[in-house]
Amino acid sequence: MTALLETRGITQRFSGLVANSNVSISVGRGEIVGLIGPNGAGKSTLFNLIAGVYTPSEGSIWFDGEDVTRLRPAARCQRGIGRTFQVVKSFESMSVIDNVIVGALVQNTVMREARRKAHEVLEFTGLGARAAVPASDLVPAEKRRLEVARALATEPKLLLLDEVLTGLTPTEAQTGVELVRRVRDTGITVLMVEHVMEIVMPLVDRAIVLDLGKVLVEGKPTEVVRDPKVITAYLGDRHAVGS
Amino acid sequence: MTAETIIQSLASGLLMGLLYGLIAVGLALIFGLMDVVNFAHGEFLMIAMYATFFLFAYVSIDPLLAAPLVAAGLFVFGALVYLFVVRFAVRAKANAGMVQIFSTFGLAIVMRGLAQFFFTPDYRSIAHSWLGGKTISVAGIFLPEPQLVGALVAIAAFIGLYFFIHRTDFGRALEATREDAGAVALVGIDKNRVFALGWGLGAGLVGLAGAIMAVFFYIYPDVGASFALIAYVTVALGGFGSVFGAFAGGIIVGLVEATTAMILPPSLKSVGVYAVYLLVVFIRPRGLFGSM
Amino acid sequence: MDKDFTSRRRRELIIAAFFAALAATVPLFVKDVYIQNIMVLTLMYAALSQAWNILSGYCGQISLGHALYFGLGAYTTALLFTKFGVLPWFGMLAGGVISAVIAMALGYPCFRLGGHYFSIATIVIAEIALVLFQNWDWAGAALGIDIPIHRDSWLTFQFTRSKLPYFYFALVLACIAWLVTWWLEDSKWGYWWRAVKDNPSAAESLGVDVFNSKMGAAAVSAFLTAIGGSFYAQFVSYIDPESVMGFQFSLLMALPAVLGGIGTLWGPVLGAVILIPLTELTRSYIGGSGRGVDLIVYGLMIVLISLARPQGLVGLFSVSKKAVSR
Repeated sequence: MTALLETRGITQRFSGLVANSNVSISVGRGEIVGLIGPNGAGKSTLFNLIAGVYTPSEGSIWFDGEDVTRLRPAARCQRGIGRTFQVVKSFESMSVIDNVIVGALVQNTVMREARRKAHEVLEFTGLGARAAVPASDLVPAEKRRLEVARALATEPKLLLLDEVLTGLTPTEAQTGVELVRRVRDTGITVLMVEHVMEIVMPLVDRAIVLDLGKVLVEGKPTEVVRDPKVITAYLGDRHAVGS
Repeated sequence: MTAETIIQSLASGLLMGLLYGLIAVGLALIFGLMDVVNFAHGEFLMIAMYATFFLFAYVSIDPLLAAPLVAAGLFVFGALVYLFVVRFAVRAKANAGMVQIFSTFGLAIVMRGLAQFFFTPDYRSIAHSWLGGKTISVAGIFLPEPQLVGALVAIAAFIGLYFFIHRTDFGRALEATREDAGAVALVGIDKNRVFALGWGLGAGLVGLAGAIMAVFFYIYPDVGASFALIAYVTVALGGFGSVFGAFAGGIIVGLVEATTAMILPPSLKSVGVYAVYLLVVFIRPRGLFGSM
Repeated sequence: MDKDFTSRRRRELIIAAFFAALAATVPLFVKDVYIQNIMVLTLMYAALSQAWNILSGYCGQISLGHALYFGLGAYTTALLFTKFGVLPWFGMLAGGVISAVIAMALGYPCFRLGGHYFSIATIVIAEIALVLFQNWDWAGAALGIDIPIHRDSWLTFQFTRSKLPYFYFALVLACIAWLVTWWLEDSKWGYWWRAVKDNPSAAESLGVDVFNSKMGAAAVSAFLTAIGGSFYAQFVSYIDPESVMGFQFSLLMALPAVLGGIGTLWGPVLGAVILIPLTELTRSYIGGSGRGVDLIVYGLMIVLISLARPQGLVGLFSVSKKAVSR
């Protein structure tokens, strides 16, 4: 079986600056893949290229056997790519359930169905009790979960998670990890970007490490963390941050 | 149409354009500082014109001398409007944008009402000022003196504003606040003070413009409305928040207006300016000098 | 959960039906023509503001140029009737369709603009239309159009002896505008619009067609606004560019929704019911002197309400409170 998602030689330049250079990755069905790397490695750019926010300068993106390189984010969502945002983008004037209904409308045209689907997803993500609350009243950890719930409501084949675990307390992070596992258990493939390795390594089946816009290493998490190249990249980053 | 008349009208268009820039720059300044569009801007101009008129009519101070006084008065007025109205509008948790539009629009209506109440709806004009009705001939082109002086004042004001923003502590505080109001609070600058002074400055500049406009334009309670729209277009054309953009926008608006007046009947003269605005933003959605 | 929601929607419908029925009986007790006139205007503004609310309140595209669609509706009806003898009912429909088409044609370039650039573009476009109509001789130029009165009839939608037919038509119009909003609120469009208003990029990531959402909102909004304009032309039987397309008018249409509660179902109605009678009464009781006291009162009211209740007056009423904080 072919991979669910494949990027073929993607290069992305922003006014001369190369953010991604010849990046080819693939994500198989049912996998949880971690996309990691130090700050400025090009993770966010790659993530947004897959989600359709940017069109790559070179290369192509294939999803579920189809070339989606030129599709807008909305069209990719309809084909089964769901995403969250690193800086949460809740619909602040709407209630939690209404936020999720927006997502549920992708696959459900009848309002009653969309509403039912939204409630289902809220229960699944543990926000059931907060359905009627305005999104603006949620605490940060709940807003993260709302991001996931909205994306899940679109019934994606591939869920893109952008640093959903970063900045959470250990307990919240643990709940998050379990949620991601449960998502995968429903048959959804997960590609997650994280900066902090410690959180994701136990969770992912495979890790792809980006550095300076290129794929540095990819493989089993246990192997990746021991790879000297990865250690150097991260240490270098820590030095830079520390100085 | 001879070359001479074309140059003649372009020259007066340029002068008027500089004045438009001066009228609009306060709006641009305030927007740049705190993202608020003042829908009472035209009424600020209106009361400046009335102030000039009454200083002339009752104390016989010529508009040219009155201009600094009017600007100072408007400075105080602008700061007060911030402290008593806008400060609360920007604090609104819901619909902040609408609250800003309609609280300043409501203020505009109150000001128009007050002007009608105290000054009656009559049209007034300043009859015999030093500049009024005089023209000067430069290389065969006749330039009306009020507009010429107005244009010079506008240029001086823009130069002054440039140095003010870049060379004084307050100017730097103004710049810093527009960059990041939160961080500014951390270093001990009182945001409200900066905003109040910003509103004062913006109003003071339109006060200056009003004093000069009073020399050659009728003064009546609704006079602001006709210039307010031009001011919005000027600011948006240049790019919201850009002081230099307001200057350039004003010149463009003045020249386009003069050009339109040559081609189309006078009743259509504003169409040219509006069309140019649309053309510009359709190509550059953030105006000529707005950050993309 | 689902049942709660359905019953709340139904309750809103019942409340609306109750108020509509109540409004319909008012003329039985109020015979004063002056008061009836105010009631007609109140209903008309409720409908217009409801229409404006769809594009600006729900979808978040603040239009300050809706006078354009009002004017187009008024002019289409009046011109078709005076020049070609087309009955106002068809004129009304034509005006609505023309306005919706123009709104979408204008939306094509304008919806790329953000925030104030969009709002100013809407002002400017309406102003251009105003100037063009002022110079369009065939359409009466600045003098406008005097609609000749034939005789009182529903066919030509003209009534000179009584205001009541206008009143009932305006009531129906307000009800239709409310119903359309009510229906759209719980439809794909309603959710899309609010998502687009709150966060367009998040909306797009959830499969929302942002551009077409705005186009749809613009078309519905313009159509309903134009119907209001057609009605107004019949009601006053004289129109000129300034009185149906002026910039002030665009703001007056927006005000009830803003003060009542922007982006809410009841906001425009509540805003109109409070604002329009107050405006008209202050105008005739303290504005008669021509000294602007009415403007002062009116302006102060706008400033105070918008500062004191930025979310609109609608939250003050318990019934609608639930509708707001759903």
